[in-house]
Amino acid sequence: MTIGRPRIYMKSPSPLPGFGISLGYTLVYLSIIVLLPLAAVFSKTAAMGWHEFVAVGLSKRAIAAYKLTFGTAFVAAMTNAAFGLIVAWVLVRYEFWGKKFVDALIDLPFALPTAVAGIALTSIYAANGWIGRYLEPHGIKVAYTPIGISIALIFVGLPFVVRTVEPVLKDLGLDVEEAAASLGANRFATIRRVVLPAIFPALTTGVTLAFARAVGEYGSVIFIAGNMPFKSEIAPLLIIVQLEQYNYAGATAIATVMLAMSFFLLLVVNMLQSWARHRS
Amino acid sequence: MSDRPTLKGRHASVSEPRLVRWLLVAIALAFLCVSVVLPLVSVFSEALRNGVSAYIDSITDPDAISAIKLTLLVAFIAVPFNLVFGVAAAWCVSKFEFWGKSFLSTLIDLPFSVSPVISGLIYVLLYGAHGWFGPWLQAHNVHIIFATAGIVMATTFVTFPFVARELIPLMQEQGSDEEQAALSLGASGWQTFRRVTLPNIRWSLLYGVLLCNARAMGEFGAVSVVSGHIRGLTNTMPLHVEILYNEYNFVAAFSVASLLALLALVTLAVKSFLEWRHADELAAKHKH
Repeated sequence: MTIGRPRIYMKSPSPLPGFGISLGYTLVYLSIIVLLPLAAVFSKTAAMGWHEFVAVGLSKRAIAAYKLTFGTAFVAAMTNAAFGLIVAWVLVRYEFWGKKFVDALIDLPFALPTAVAGIALTSIYAANGWIGRYLEPHGIKVAYTPIGISIALIFVGLPFVVRTVEPVLKDLGLDVEEAAASLGANRFATIRRVVLPAIFPALTTGVTLAFARAVGEYGSVIFIAGNMPFKSEIAPLLIIVQLEQYNYAGATAIATVMLAMSFFLLLVVNMLQSWARHRS
Repeated sequence: MSDRPTLKGRHASVSEPRLVRWLLVAIALAFLCVSVVLPLVSVFSEALRNGVSAYIDSITDPDAISAIKLTLLVAFIAVPFNLVFGVAAAWCVSKFEFWGKSFLSTLIDLPFSVSPVISGLIYVLLYGAHGWFGPWLQAHNVHIIFATAGIVMATTFVTFPFVARELIPLMQEQGSDEEQAALSLGASGWQTFRRVTLPNIRWSLLYGVLLCNARAMGEFGAVSVVSGHIRGLTNTMPLHVEILYNEYNFVAAFSVASLLALLALVTLAVKSFLEWRHADELAAKHKH
């Protein structure tokens, strides 16, 4: 490999070796593992007629699944916005016994396999479960209903909110808050007018990340969902249902709709992050 | 960490009344107890419901053993692949300035935003009987879907960004001054990487590998699409948990699940240890 060639692609030359080989390897591996398989979805969809696409991808059952998926993901993301903010605030600002342990616990949803979380939550919220037995007599059914789906998605999304807000809260100097206080703002006004606006971009980024993850979530949801078509059937499950009926075109159509939404969310996250960078 | 506001001696004007503080801590702890601790405890409690011997029987069942073996095998292949990729990707993204760099970073993160079910589906569309390469593979008697190869591929896709994500922010922050110094003193490129770069990133690398491994062993959605659920053959641990659970064999399901929960706990423990021990190096914080 000559030194001259990679420079064509480089903005500024670097004396370090290995640019060509590392970039080449990255691109080849990325293409084989990620890009080629993803291209298969879109090429399969493109080969399908519009009517065929609409017949499954936008069927009544699919629309019901999208609504349920997005609705429950939204509820979970909003719940995490509130509680995740409190958890992040408490972890950054207060000292209490067992804080290190609590901090480590936040990442459990990242590390615990989704299927394990799914069966555990189902056993807790089933009619005879630890929490379910107290809710059932009051007529509140959680397992096998959309509420159960939201509970699973809250579990899955929590670390995204906490871990995105935490570093921003840490970096937020106390001087601005002191300034606000010395100018006569009470504590509530300071938090509402100074702290919340400063962490708002991070909070929205975290909530969007949690929402995006929740939309695609499968393992933790299917055990607690009940999986009734039109009622408690999430979009990823509908893909599995189509696959089990050997309807590959149908599965691909639904996957395309979901991928389009995921990429849109990814774009939103990128925009939010650059907004946050410009603010700070 | 250094610019973290000091809590000691804080003026009352930038703190909340004691009752509010107490209330917020209570809310946070109650929320975490219900949403995180309770599910974790329930896994072990359900697994040990019928005593230790039933637990041991469940995890030494031949189907469970073969599921454990397959899970280990899949992680053993997928994780090193993503480790090498992660280092290569982090090297080119963090040490060089080139056109399309931020686009490349976005592509590296792409698998995080794809639903696990779709991650499995895309391999079925490529290598399944009706897929692009399906007929050719069938003619040559190569099995990928409903076989170990497919499980490895889907797992590799799902765990693709973990190591790279961990290394890129750190290596960007470290810059390339030390590498340049080593090169100017006559070290070869490989020597520079091995003696300078690798020691600088080793803990982050370990951290990324741990997360990658935890996800690889626990992946459910993607693997469930490509595996075909053949008992004793293409069942990984999470899939085995699902089968047992759907057969109402709850104790066995939770017993196998408890092994995965233990894996998660060990991962978190090592992660906490690394953060405590090597906080300065891991300070370049990551986002998932």
